Amino acid sequence: MIKLINVYKEYPRSGLALKNVSFHLRKGEFAFLIGPSGAGKTTILRLIHMVESPTDGEVRVSGYSSMRMKRRDIPRLRRRVGMVFQTFRLLRDRTAAENLAFALEVTGGRRSEIKGKVQRLLAHVGLAPRAGAYPDELSGGEQQRIALARALIHDPVVLLADEPTGNLDERASRGIFELTRDINSAGTAVLMATHNLDLVRRYPQYRVIELADGAVVYDSAGEARESGGES
Amino acid sequence: MASHSVREAIAAFRRAPGLALLSAMSIGLSLFVLGTFGLVTYNVEVTLRTIERRVEVVAYLRDNVSAEQLEVLQNDVGSFPEVENVTHVSKFEAMRNAMQQLEEFREVFTDLEVNPLPASLEVQLRPDYRDPESVQRVAELIALYPFVEDVQYGREWVEKIYQLRRLGGAVAAVLGIAFAVVAILIIGTTVRMAVLARREEIVVMQLVGATDGFVRRPFLLEGFITGLAGGALALLLTYGAYLAVNGSLIDLEWLPPLWATLGVLAGGILGLAASDTALRRHLVTYA
Repeated sequence: MIKLINVYKEYPRSGLALKNVSFHLRKGEFAFLIGPSGAGKTTILRLIHMVESPTDGEVRVSGYSSMRMKRRDIPRLRRRVGMVFQTFRLLRDRTAAENLAFALEVTGGRRSEIKGKVQRLLAHVGLAPRAGAYPDELSGGEQQRIALARALIHDPVVLLADEPTGNLDERASRGIFELTRDINSAGTAVLMATHNLDLVRRYPQYRVIELADGAVVYDSAGEARESGGES
Repeated sequence: MASHSVREAIAAFRRAPGLALLSAMSIGLSLFVLGTFGLVTYNVEVTLRTIERRVEVVAYLRDNVSAEQLEVLQNDVGSFPEVENVTHVSKFEAMRNAMQQLEEFREVFTDLEVNPLPASLEVQLRPDYRDPESVQRVAELIALYPFVEDVQYGREWVEKIYQLRRLGGAVAAVLGIAFAVVAILIIGTTVRMAVLARREEIVVMQLVGATDGFVRRPFLLEGFITGLAGGALALLLTYGAYLAVNGSLIDLEWLPPLWATLGVLAGGILGLAASDTALRRHLVTYA
């Protein structure tokens, strides 16, 4: 479903960000992407979301390939791949419900269906009573729940989470993680970049892909590998 | 989809009315400069056309010209493609005109026993043939007739008007382009501010899978409406300037309706183009 094949990513100023990265995330799978800051976790998520293209190699996502990707196809891909960030990225001048409705409106959702879908999603993330609250009136955990609801708005096949608990306290982090587990158990694959090793250790049943200096150094689904560079 | 664009554009004006007003005023003021310039150009053009209408060739006739010869000459000259109208001025009419126009010499004229003024043909040229070459060609052709004593057409005067016209055209083109560029730069900066103020919104739209067209349309519409408002404001300001100057300093003619309509529309199109340019820079990717 998501396949990275010998992916390299080089930036003109900062140099090589990814070296020969390959892995395959299957349908409905849950995987952690770990590694120190600057290891390449966010770069991988951006490549999967087709924010940028690999310098070499191929990224395949749900039938789309980075080698044949056209700009006009990117919106369609993004509706199949939800994404959340450490900073939530909610619109501050809109309420929780309006943030969700906005995501539907701008992707051509029918007005008659928007209200019902927004209410269902708010209930799903446990925030139906907070529908009219603005992001600044919500706690960090609540904001991330709204961001998760927005990421699910098109029933994606995969959810990419870039440090979703990075700005949250222990209790809120646990709540967000449990929510992503629920999402995963409903059939959506999850690829979560995180620094939170306690969380990773607490759930040994989930796959772990470890990066260091832009290369995969460990993948619990396969053999541990040496740092990349050789192809 | 279209209704979303309209709603979003209106919502943008509601959310930041100050910015929308500032944008419309910036566009309005820059187009006002262009409008004032247009008003001046138009009036210079009108004045030159009025002066050009007076360009004529006068053929002075010998006293012994017969009625038949006069008729032949009149018919011949009237059939020249350059000629619009030929008027015969008899010796008597010439004297009467002179007495009317030169009052101080009225007594001198009255005391004369013989009318010294010659009869003449006043030849007016069609608008397309009022350039120095055409005027000179017609004058030379008329001078070939033996019963024509002299031909006058104010050679230097015609050349000066023509030069002035060409200079006016060149200055209008250069200054017009310069003012338009300034207007585009101001509008571009204004719209870029609006796009930057809503950058996060654009990022979220891209994030959730909105198409480029969907992202761009509300901004383009907003730019177009702001530009139109700016164009209308510029028209109002230009009209105000016209009212202030007309009659007190100099007599001016107001712009023809087509110019005014095109001016307002140009505001809308400039707003649209500036939005488009500003969006191109921010739609490459989300950060």
